[in-house]
Amino acid sequence: MVDRRHFIKKSAGSLAALGGLALLQRSGLAAATGAEESTILDTLPGKEALIKKTYRPPNYETPINYFDAPFTPNNLFFVRYHNAVIPDVKISEWRLRIGGDAVLTPLELSLEQLRRDFKQVEIAALCLCAGNRRGLFQPHVPGIQWGSGAMGNALWRGVRLKDVLAGAGIGKSALEVSLAGADSGVHKTTPDFVKSLPLAKALDENTLIAFEMNGEPLPHWNGFPARLIIPGWTATYWIKHLTAVNIISKPFDGYWMKTAYRIPKDRFPSGQFSSQETETAMPITEIVVNSLITNLVDGQTLPNAKPIEIKGVAWDGGNGIARVEVSTDGGINWHQATLKQDYGRFSWRQWHWVFESKRPGAYRIMARATSHSGAGQPLEPIPNPSGYHHNAVQKITIQLA
Amino acid sequence: MRTLILLLSFFAATATAGESRIFLKDRPGKNQVVAQCAMCHSLDYITLHATILDRAGWEKTVGKMINIMGAPINNADKQIIIDYLAQNYGK
Repeated sequence: MVDRRHFIKKSAGSLAALGGLALLQRSGLAAATGAEESTILDTLPGKEALIKKTYRPPNYETPINYFDAPFTPNNLFFVRYHNAVIPDVKISEWRLRIGGDAVLTPLELSLEQLRRDFKQVEIAALCLCAGNRRGLFQPHVPGIQWGSGAMGNALWRGVRLKDVLAGAGIGKSALEVSLAGADSGVHKTTPDFVKSLPLAKALDENTLIAFEMNGEPLPHWNGFPARLIIPGWTATYWIKHLTAVNIISKPFDGYWMKTAYRIPKDRFPSGQFSSQETETAMPITEIVVNSLITNLVDGQTLPNAKPIEIKGVAWDGGNGIARVEVSTDGGINWHQATLKQDYGRFSWRQWHWVFESKRPGAYRIMARATSHSGAGQPLEPIPNPSGYHHNAVQKITIQLA
Repeated sequence: MRTLILLLSFFAATATAGESRIFLKDRPGKNQVVAQCAMCHSLDYITLHATILDRAGWEKTVGKMINIMGAPINNADKQIIIDYLAQNYGK
Protein backbone atom coordinates (compact mmCIF):
# COMPACT_ATOMS: atom_id res chain seq x y z
CA MET A 1 0.00 0.00 0.00
CA VAL A 2 2.78 2.38 0.82
CA ASP A 3 6.34 3.32 0.08
CA ARG A 4 8.84 4.42 2.62
CA ARG A 5 9.54 8.05 2.23
CA HIS A 6 12.97 9.39 1.55
CA PHE A 7 12.95 12.71 3.26
CA ILE A 8 16.45 13.79 2.46
CA LYS A 9 15.91 17.27 1.10
CA LYS A 10 17.50 19.98 3.13
CA SER A 11 17.90 23.64 2.50
CA ALA A 12 18.88 26.77 4.29
CA GLY A 13 16.10 28.70 5.96
CA SER A 14 14.66 31.82 4.41
CA LEU A 15 15.53 35.16 5.93
CA ALA A 16 11.93 35.58 7.01
CA ALA A 17 12.01 32.36 8.95
CA LEU A 18 15.34 33.24 10.50
CA GLY A 19 13.70 36.40 11.72
CA GLY A 20 10.99 34.21 13.19
CA LEU A 21 13.52 32.09 15.00
CA ALA A 22 15.09 35.14 16.56
CA LEU A 23 11.60 36.19 17.57
CA LEU A 24 10.97 32.84 19.23
CA GLN A 25 14.26 32.80 21.05
CA ARG A 26 13.77 36.27 22.39
CA SER A 27 10.03 36.14 23.05
CA GLY A 28 8.87 36.42 26.63
CA LEU A 29 8.11 32.72 26.56
CA ALA A 30 11.47 31.46 25.32
CA ALA A 31 13.18 28.95 27.57
CA ALA A 32 16.04 30.32 29.55
CA THR A 33 18.34 27.31 29.42
CA GLY A 34 20.11 25.06 26.96
CA ALA A 35 17.07 23.18 25.70
CA GLU A 36 16.51 25.74 22.96
CA GLU A 37 20.13 25.99 21.88
CA SER A 38 20.08 22.96 19.61
CA THR A 39 17.09 24.43 17.82
CA ILE A 40 17.78 25.13 14.14
CA LEU A 41 15.76 25.85 11.04
CA ASP A 42 15.26 22.97 8.65
CA THR A 43 13.08 22.35 5.62
CA LEU A 44 10.98 19.21 5.16
CA PRO A 45 9.93 18.45 1.56
CA GLY A 46 6.90 20.57 0.73
CA LYS A 47 7.37 22.84 3.75
CA GLU A 48 9.04 26.17 4.31
CA ALA A 49 11.85 26.32 6.86
CA LEU A 50 10.45 25.56 10.31
CA ILE A 51 12.03 25.28 13.74
CA LYS A 52 13.42 21.76 13.98
CA LYS A 53 13.07 20.08 17.34
CA THR A 54 13.86 16.52 16.18
CA TYR A 55 14.61 15.14 12.71
CA ARG A 56 13.23 11.60 13.03
CA PRO A 57 10.41 11.21 13.78
CA PRO A 58 10.00 14.76 12.46
CA ASN A 59 8.96 17.38 15.02
CA TYR A 60 8.97 20.94 13.69
CA GLU A 61 7.28 24.08 15.01
CA THR A 62 6.16 27.27 13.27
CA PRO A 63 7.99 30.56 13.97
CA ILE A 64 5.39 32.68 15.77
CA ASN A 65 5.64 35.69 13.49
CA TYR A 66 3.66 33.62 10.96
CA PHE A 67 0.71 33.65 13.37
CA ASP A 68 -0.10 37.16 12.18
CA ALA A 69 -2.33 35.54 9.52
CA PRO A 70 -5.81 34.31 10.55
CA PHE A 71 -5.09 30.91 8.95
CA THR A 72 -1.68 29.29 9.09
CA PRO A 73 -0.49 28.38 5.57
CA ASN A 74 -0.14 24.64 4.94
CA ASN A 75 3.54 24.92 4.09
CA LEU A 76 4.18 26.62 7.45
CA PHE A 77 2.01 24.35 9.58
CA PHE A 78 3.77 22.53 12.42
CA VAL A 79 4.67 18.84 12.16
CA ARG A 80 4.47 16.33 15.01
CA TYR A 81 5.00 12.54 14.88
CA HIS A 82 5.58 9.87 17.53
CA ASN A 83 6.86 7.10 15.23
CA ALA A 84 9.39 7.31 12.41
CA VAL A 85 7.88 5.16 9.65
CA ILE A 86 5.67 7.61 7.79
CA PRO A 87 4.37 6.15 4.55
CA ASP A 88 3.66 8.04 1.36
CA VAL A 89 0.01 7.12 1.09
CA LYS A 90 -1.37 6.49 -2.41
CA ILE A 91 -4.99 7.57 -2.78
CA SER A 92 -5.73 4.59 -5.05
CA GLU A 93 -4.63 2.18 -2.34
CA TRP A 94 -5.82 4.03 0.73
CA ARG A 95 -8.85 2.60 2.55
CA LEU A 96 -10.59 3.63 5.74
CA ARG A 97 -11.84 0.63 7.70
CA ILE A 98 -14.66 0.94 10.23
CA GLY A 99 -14.72 -2.03 12.58
CA GLY A 100 -14.45 -2.99 16.24
CA ASP A 101 -16.38 -5.35 18.53
CA ALA A 102 -19.33 -2.95 18.75
CA VAL A 103 -19.82 -2.23 15.05
CA LEU A 104 -22.94 -3.59 13.36
CA THR A 105 -21.55 -3.89 9.79
CA PRO A 106 -17.82 -3.39 9.20
CA LEU A 107 -17.22 -0.90 6.44
CA GLU A 108 -14.38 -0.13 4.05
CA LEU A 109 -14.29 3.21 2.24
CA SER A 110 -12.11 4.67 -0.49
CA LEU A 111 -11.36 8.40 -0.43
CA GLU A 112 -13.74 8.80 -3.36
CA GLN A 113 -16.56 7.11 -1.40
CA LEU A 114 -15.80 9.19 1.66
CA ARG A 115 -16.05 12.40 -0.36
CA ARG A 116 -19.10 11.32 -2.38
CA ASP A 117 -21.29 9.39 0.05
CA PHE A 118 -21.31 11.75 3.02
CA LYS A 119 -22.22 15.39 3.49
CA GLN A 120 -19.16 17.63 3.38
CA VAL A 121 -18.72 20.33 6.00
CA GLU A 122 -16.08 22.97 6.70
CA ILE A 123 -14.91 24.27 10.05
CA ALA A 124 -12.22 26.65 11.25
CA ALA A 125 -10.31 25.11 14.14
CA LEU A 126 -7.07 25.49 16.01
CA CYS A 127 -4.80 22.44 15.92
CA LEU A 128 -2.78 22.64 19.16
CA CYS A 129 -0.21 20.14 20.35
CA ALA A 130 -0.93 19.16 23.96
CA GLY A 131 2.74 19.82 24.76
CA ASN A 132 2.95 23.26 23.15
CA ARG A 133 5.24 25.46 25.32
CA ARG A 134 6.54 22.43 27.25
CA GLY A 135 10.03 23.86 26.86
CA LEU A 136 8.98 26.84 28.99
CA PHE A 137 8.21 24.87 32.14
CA GLN A 138 10.69 25.40 34.96
CA PRO A 139 12.03 22.99 35.98
CA HIS A 140 12.07 21.34 32.54
CA VAL A 141 10.15 18.12 32.08
CA PRO A 142 11.14 15.40 29.59
CA GLY A 143 9.62 15.41 26.12
CA ILE A 144 9.96 17.53 23.00
CA GLN A 145 10.93 21.00 24.26
CA TRP A 146 8.33 22.92 22.29
CA GLY A 147 8.27 26.69 22.19
CA SER A 148 5.00 28.43 21.30
CA GLY A 149 4.77 27.27 17.69
CA ALA A 150 3.34 23.75 17.94
CA MET A 151 -0.03 25.04 16.83
CA GLY A 152 -1.79 26.38 13.78
CA ASN A 153 -5.23 27.58 12.75
CA ALA A 154 -6.82 26.13 9.60
CA LEU A 155 -10.04 25.74 7.70
CA TRP A 156 -10.76 22.01 7.55
CA ARG A 157 -13.09 20.32 5.05
CA GLY A 158 -14.31 16.80 5.47
CA VAL A 159 -17.20 14.63 6.55
CA ARG A 160 -18.67 14.08 10.00
CA LEU A 161 -17.29 11.07 11.84
CA LYS A 162 -20.82 10.44 13.17
CA ASP A 163 -22.19 10.04 9.63
CA VAL A 164 -19.49 7.51 8.78
CA LEU A 165 -20.10 5.63 12.04
CA ALA A 166 -23.85 5.61 11.33
CA GLY A 167 -23.09 4.10 7.94
CA ALA A 168 -21.48 1.13 9.67
CA GLY A 169 -23.97 1.02 12.52
CA ILE A 170 -23.20 1.50 16.20
CA GLY A 171 -23.93 -1.45 18.49
CA LYS A 172 -25.61 -0.98 21.87
CA SER A 173 -22.44 -1.89 23.75
CA ALA A 174 -20.38 0.92 22.14
CA LEU A 175 -18.28 2.86 24.68
CA GLU A 176 -15.34 4.38 22.80
CA VAL A 177 -14.12 4.82 19.24
CA SER A 178 -10.44 4.04 18.64
CA LEU A 179 -8.43 5.67 15.85
CA ALA A 180 -5.24 4.60 14.09
CA GLY A 181 -3.18 5.93 11.20
CA ALA A 182 -0.77 4.50 8.64
CA ASP A 183 2.40 5.60 10.46
CA SER A 184 4.22 3.13 12.70
CA GLY A 185 7.42 2.41 14.60
CA VAL A 186 10.55 0.88 13.11
CA HIS A 187 10.23 -2.29 15.19
CA LYS A 188 7.12 -4.45 15.17
CA THR A 189 7.29 -4.34 18.96
CA THR A 190 6.80 -0.56 19.09
CA PRO A 191 3.22 0.38 19.97
CA ASP A 192 1.32 2.08 17.17
CA PHE A 193 0.08 5.58 17.89
CA VAL A 194 -3.55 4.69 18.62
CA LYS A 195 -5.99 6.96 20.46
CA SER A 196 -9.61 6.65 21.47
CA LEU A 197 -12.51 9.05 21.95
CA PRO A 198 -15.55 8.71 24.20
CA LEU A 199 -18.54 7.78 22.03
CA ALA A 200 -20.19 11.17 22.68
CA LYS A 201 -17.19 13.06 21.30
CA ALA A 202 -16.99 10.76 18.27
CA LEU A 203 -20.67 11.58 17.61
CA ASP A 204 -20.22 15.35 18.09
CA GLU A 205 -21.29 17.16 14.92
CA ASN A 206 -17.97 19.04 14.86
CA THR A 207 -15.78 15.92 14.87
CA LEU A 208 -14.66 15.43 11.27
CA ILE A 209 -12.64 13.18 9.04
CA ALA A 210 -10.94 15.95 7.05
CA PHE A 211 -9.32 15.64 3.64
CA GLU A 212 -8.74 19.32 2.92
CA MET A 213 -6.92 22.03 4.81
CA ASN A 214 -7.19 25.69 3.79
CA GLY A 215 -8.75 24.65 0.46
CA GLU A 216 -6.04 22.16 -0.51
CA PRO A 217 -5.50 18.44 0.03
CA LEU A 218 -3.85 17.76 3.39
CA PRO A 219 -0.05 18.04 3.16
CA HIS A 220 1.82 14.76 3.59
CA TRP A 221 3.25 15.94 6.93
CA ASN A 222 -0.19 16.89 8.22
CA GLY A 223 -1.94 13.60 7.56
CA PHE A 224 -2.60 13.05 3.83
CA PRO A 225 -5.07 11.86 2.64
CA ALA A 226 -7.40 12.10 5.67
CA ARG A 227 -7.12 12.91 9.37
CA LEU A 228 -9.35 13.37 12.37
CA ILE A 229 -10.35 16.88 13.43
CA ILE A 230 -11.66 17.20 16.98
CA PRO A 231 -12.25 20.94 17.40
CA GLY A 232 -11.59 22.17 20.92
CA TRP A 233 -9.55 19.11 21.91
CA THR A 234 -5.76 18.93 21.86
CA ALA A 235 -4.18 17.56 18.68
CA THR A 236 -3.11 14.24 20.23
CA TYR A 237 -6.51 12.89 19.10
CA TRP A 238 -6.28 14.33 15.58
CA ILE A 239 -4.93 11.11 14.05
CA LYS A 240 -3.11 11.63 10.76
CA HIS A 241 -3.15 9.30 7.72
CA LEU A 242 -6.29 7.79 9.29
CA THR A 243 -6.84 4.15 8.29
CA ALA A 244 -8.79 2.49 11.11
CA VAL A 245 -11.79 3.55 13.16
CA ASN A 246 -13.04 0.94 15.63
CA ILE A 247 -16.24 1.10 17.64
CA ILE A 248 -15.35 -0.68 20.87
CA SER A 249 -17.17 -1.78 24.01
CA LYS A 250 -14.25 -1.54 26.46
CA PRO A 251 -11.87 1.29 27.34
CA PHE A 252 -8.97 1.22 24.87
CA ASP A 253 -5.90 0.24 26.89
CA GLY A 254 -2.96 1.07 24.61
CA TYR A 255 0.07 2.98 25.89
CA TRP A 256 -0.98 6.26 24.27
CA MET A 257 -4.25 6.31 26.24
CA LYS A 258 -3.46 4.49 29.45
CA THR A 259 -0.04 5.98 30.20
CA ALA A 260 0.74 8.92 27.92
CA TYR A 261 -1.08 12.23 27.50
CA ARG A 262 -2.48 12.18 31.01
CA ILE A 263 -2.85 14.94 33.60
CA PRO A 264 -3.53 15.02 37.35
CA LYS A 265 -7.27 15.30 38.05
CA ASP A 266 -6.93 17.69 40.96
CA ARG A 267 -5.33 20.53 38.97
CA PHE A 268 -7.42 20.81 35.82
CA PRO A 269 -11.10 20.99 34.84
CA SER A 270 -13.00 17.76 34.19
CA GLY A 271 -11.70 15.76 31.26
CA GLN A 272 -15.04 14.56 29.84
CA PHE A 273 -13.60 11.11 29.34
CA SER A 274 -14.80 9.07 32.32
CA SER A 275 -14.04 5.65 30.79
CA GLN A 276 -10.31 6.55 30.75
CA GLU A 277 -10.05 8.12 34.20
CA THR A 278 -8.45 6.67 37.29
CA GLU A 279 -8.82 8.04 40.79
CA THR A 280 -5.99 10.51 40.29
CA ALA A 281 -5.40 10.97 36.53
CA MET A 282 -7.32 11.58 33.33
CA PRO A 283 -6.50 12.02 29.65
CA ILE A 284 -5.79 15.56 28.50
CA THR A 285 -8.79 16.57 26.38
CA GLU A 286 -10.03 20.16 26.02
CA ILE A 287 -7.73 23.05 25.14
CA VAL A 288 -7.45 25.62 27.96
CA VAL A 289 -7.85 29.37 27.42
CA ASN A 290 -4.63 31.00 26.26
CA SER A 291 -3.12 33.89 24.30
CA LEU A 292 0.12 34.86 22.58
CA ILE A 293 1.71 38.17 21.58
CA THR A 294 3.04 37.55 18.08
CA ASN A 295 4.85 40.75 17.10
CA LEU A 296 7.06 41.76 20.03
CA VAL A 297 10.15 40.12 21.44
CA ASP A 298 11.66 40.31 24.89
CA GLY A 299 14.37 42.97 25.14
CA GLN A 300 13.32 44.72 21.94
CA THR A 301 13.96 48.48 21.62
CA LEU A 302 11.37 50.56 19.79
CA PRO A 303 11.12 54.29 19.00
CA ASN A 304 9.08 56.12 21.62
CA ALA A 305 7.76 58.63 19.12
CA LYS A 306 5.38 56.28 17.35
CA PRO A 307 2.33 54.37 18.65
CA ILE A 308 3.03 50.64 18.92
CA GLU A 309 0.49 48.14 17.70
CA ILE A 310 0.59 45.07 19.93
CA LYS A 311 -0.81 42.04 18.09
CA GLY A 312 -1.57 38.47 18.93
CA VAL A 313 -3.95 35.53 18.99
CA ALA A 314 -6.18 34.05 21.70
CA TRP A 315 -8.03 30.74 21.87
CA ASP A 316 -9.78 28.19 24.06
CA GLY A 317 -11.51 24.81 23.81
CA GLY A 318 -14.69 25.98 22.11
CA ASN A 319 -16.44 28.51 24.32
CA GLY A 320 -14.92 31.31 22.28
CA ILE A 321 -12.88 34.30 23.40
CA ALA A 322 -14.84 36.99 25.28
CA ARG A 323 -12.00 39.47 25.72
CA VAL A 324 -8.27 40.00 25.62
CA GLU A 325 -6.59 42.55 27.86
CA VAL A 326 -3.14 44.05 27.55
CA SER A 327 -0.99 45.55 30.30
CA THR A 328 2.09 47.72 29.74
CA ASP A 329 2.99 48.10 33.43
CA GLY A 330 3.50 44.51 34.52
CA GLY A 331 -0.15 43.78 35.26
CA ILE A 332 -1.22 46.81 37.33
CA ASN A 333 -3.50 48.32 34.70
CA TRP A 334 -5.23 46.40 31.92
CA HIS A 335 -6.65 47.69 28.63
CA GLN A 336 -9.18 45.92 26.46
CA ALA A 337 -7.80 44.85 23.08
CA THR A 338 -9.88 44.88 19.90
CA LEU A 339 -10.87 41.42 18.71
CA LYS A 340 -10.64 40.88 14.96
CA GLN A 341 -12.92 38.76 12.77
CA ASP A 342 -14.66 35.81 14.43
CA TYR A 343 -14.22 32.61 12.39
CA GLY A 344 -16.16 30.46 14.86
CA ARG A 345 -15.70 29.29 18.43
CA PHE A 346 -13.02 26.71 17.60
CA SER A 347 -10.81 29.11 15.64
CA TRP A 348 -8.24 31.23 17.36
CA ARG A 349 -9.13 34.93 17.51
CA GLN A 350 -6.73 37.62 16.41
CA TRP A 351 -6.55 40.78 18.51
CA HIS A 352 -4.64 44.06 18.60
CA TRP A 353 -4.20 47.09 20.81
CA VAL A 354 -2.35 50.33 20.19
CA PHE A 355 0.07 51.45 22.88
CA GLU A 356 0.74 55.19 22.94
CA SER A 357 3.51 55.68 25.45
CA LYS A 358 4.06 58.98 27.18
CA ARG A 359 7.76 58.63 27.95
CA PRO A 360 10.85 56.53 27.17
CA GLY A 361 11.81 53.63 29.40
CA ALA A 362 11.21 49.95 30.05
CA TYR A 363 7.70 48.56 29.75
CA ARG A 364 6.50 45.17 30.95
CA ILE A 365 3.97 43.98 28.35
CA MET A 366 1.46 41.28 29.23
CA ALA A 367 -1.64 39.84 27.53
CA ARG A 368 -4.44 37.74 29.00
CA ALA A 369 -7.53 36.19 27.48
CA THR A 370 -10.88 35.32 29.02
CA SER A 371 -13.28 32.85 27.42
CA HIS A 372 -17.06 33.10 27.21
CA SER A 373 -17.20 30.56 30.05
CA GLY A 374 -15.32 33.05 32.25
CA ALA A 375 -12.10 31.01 32.35
CA GLY A 376 -8.86 33.01 32.34
CA GLN A 377 -5.13 32.41 32.29
CA PRO A 378 -2.98 31.85 35.39
CA LEU A 379 0.09 34.01 36.04
CA GLU A 380 2.26 30.90 36.36
CA PRO A 381 1.87 27.58 34.48
CA ILE A 382 0.19 24.74 36.38
CA PRO A 383 2.90 22.11 37.02
CA ASN A 384 2.18 18.59 35.77
CA PRO A 385 4.55 15.67 35.07
CA SER A 386 4.42 15.78 31.27
CA GLY A 387 4.29 19.54 30.78
CA TYR A 388 0.84 19.97 29.23
CA HIS A 389 -1.58 22.93 29.25
CA HIS A 390 1.04 25.72 29.59
CA ASN A 391 -1.23 28.74 29.48
CA ALA A 392 0.51 31.22 31.77
CA VAL A 393 0.16 34.90 30.97
CA GLN A 394 3.04 35.95 28.70
CA LYS A 395 5.42 38.67 29.94
CA ILE A 396 7.66 40.69 27.61
CA THR A 397 9.89 43.65 28.46
CA ILE A 398 10.44 46.24 25.75
CA GLN A 399 12.47 49.44 25.76
CA LEU A 400 11.14 52.67 24.31
CA ALA A 401 13.86 55.12 23.35
CA MET B 1 20.39 -11.69 10.33
CA ARG B 2 17.93 -10.90 7.59
CA THR B 3 16.00 -8.68 9.98
CA LEU B 4 19.18 -6.85 10.87
CA ILE B 5 20.01 -6.18 7.23
CA LEU B 6 16.47 -4.92 6.66
CA LEU B 7 16.72 -2.64 9.66
CA LEU B 8 20.08 -1.27 8.62
CA SER B 9 18.90 -0.59 5.09
CA PHE B 10 15.80 1.04 6.54
CA PHE B 11 17.90 3.31 8.73
CA ALA B 12 20.00 4.29 5.74
CA ALA B 13 16.86 5.15 3.82
CA THR B 14 15.25 7.25 6.49
CA ALA B 15 18.11 9.08 8.18
CA THR B 16 17.97 12.68 7.03
CA ALA B 17 20.92 14.73 5.84
CA GLY B 18 20.39 17.03 8.79
CA GLU B 19 20.57 14.32 11.40
CA SER B 20 23.87 13.03 10.05
CA ARG B 21 25.33 16.28 11.38
CA ILE B 22 24.41 15.47 14.97
CA PHE B 23 27.58 14.40 16.75
CA LEU B 24 27.51 12.77 20.13
CA LYS B 25 30.48 13.01 22.45
CA ASP B 26 33.25 10.61 21.47
CA ARG B 27 33.46 8.59 24.69
CA PRO B 28 33.18 4.90 25.56
CA GLY B 29 29.68 3.61 24.86
CA LYS B 30 28.96 5.90 21.93
CA ASN B 31 28.96 3.04 19.43
CA GLN B 32 26.25 1.19 21.34
CA VAL B 33 24.18 4.36 21.73
CA VAL B 34 24.33 5.19 18.02
CA ALA B 35 23.67 1.59 16.94
CA GLN B 36 20.68 1.06 19.24
CA CYS B 37 19.03 4.46 19.66
CA ALA B 38 19.37 5.73 16.09
CA MET B 39 17.58 2.68 14.75
CA CYS B 40 14.28 4.27 15.76
CA HIS B 41 14.98 7.98 16.19
CA SER B 42 17.45 10.75 15.47
CA LEU B 43 20.05 11.48 18.13
CA ASP B 44 18.78 15.00 18.80
CA TYR B 45 16.33 13.26 21.15
CA ILE B 46 19.41 12.71 23.32
CA THR B 47 20.95 16.17 23.06
CA LEU B 48 17.65 17.94 23.71
CA HIS B 49 17.33 16.12 27.04
CA ALA B 50 20.88 16.90 28.18
CA THR B 51 19.81 19.70 30.52
CA ILE B 52 16.76 17.80 31.71
CA LEU B 53 17.57 14.19 32.65
CA ASP B 54 19.86 13.10 35.47
CA ARG B 55 21.10 9.50 35.84
CA ALA B 56 17.77 8.34 37.28
CA GLY B 57 15.99 10.08 34.43
CA TRP B 58 18.16 8.38 31.80
CA GLU B 59 17.65 5.00 33.50
CA LYS B 60 13.90 5.51 33.37
CA THR B 61 14.03 6.67 29.73
CA VAL B 62 16.16 3.77 28.50
CA GLY B 63 13.91 1.40 30.44
CA LYS B 64 10.87 2.91 28.72
CA MET B 65 12.48 2.48 25.31
CA ILE B 66 13.04 -1.22 26.02
CA ASN B 67 9.92 -2.13 27.97
CA ILE B 68 7.32 0.07 26.31
CA MET B 69 8.73 1.08 22.93
CA GLY B 70 10.04 -2.40 22.23
CA ALA B 71 13.70 -1.59 21.60
CA PRO B 72 15.59 -4.92 21.37
CA ILE B 73 18.50 -3.93 23.63
CA ASN B 74 20.21 -6.58 25.76
CA ASN B 75 21.13 -6.00 29.40
CA ALA B 76 24.84 -5.47 28.76
CA ASP B 77 24.18 -2.78 26.15
CA LYS B 78 21.46 -1.28 28.31
CA GLN B 79 23.94 -0.60 31.10
CA ILE B 80 26.57 0.80 28.69
CA ILE B 81 23.96 3.10 27.15
CA ILE B 82 22.70 4.36 30.53
CA ASP B 83 26.26 5.02 31.72
CA TYR B 84 27.16 6.88 28.52
CA LEU B 85 24.03 9.05 28.65
CA ALA B 86 24.31 9.79 32.37
CA GLN B 87 28.01 10.66 32.14
CA ASN B 88 27.89 12.71 28.94
CA TYR B 89 24.34 14.03 28.76
CA GLY B 90 23.28 14.00 32.41
CA LYS B 91 21.93 17.05 34.18
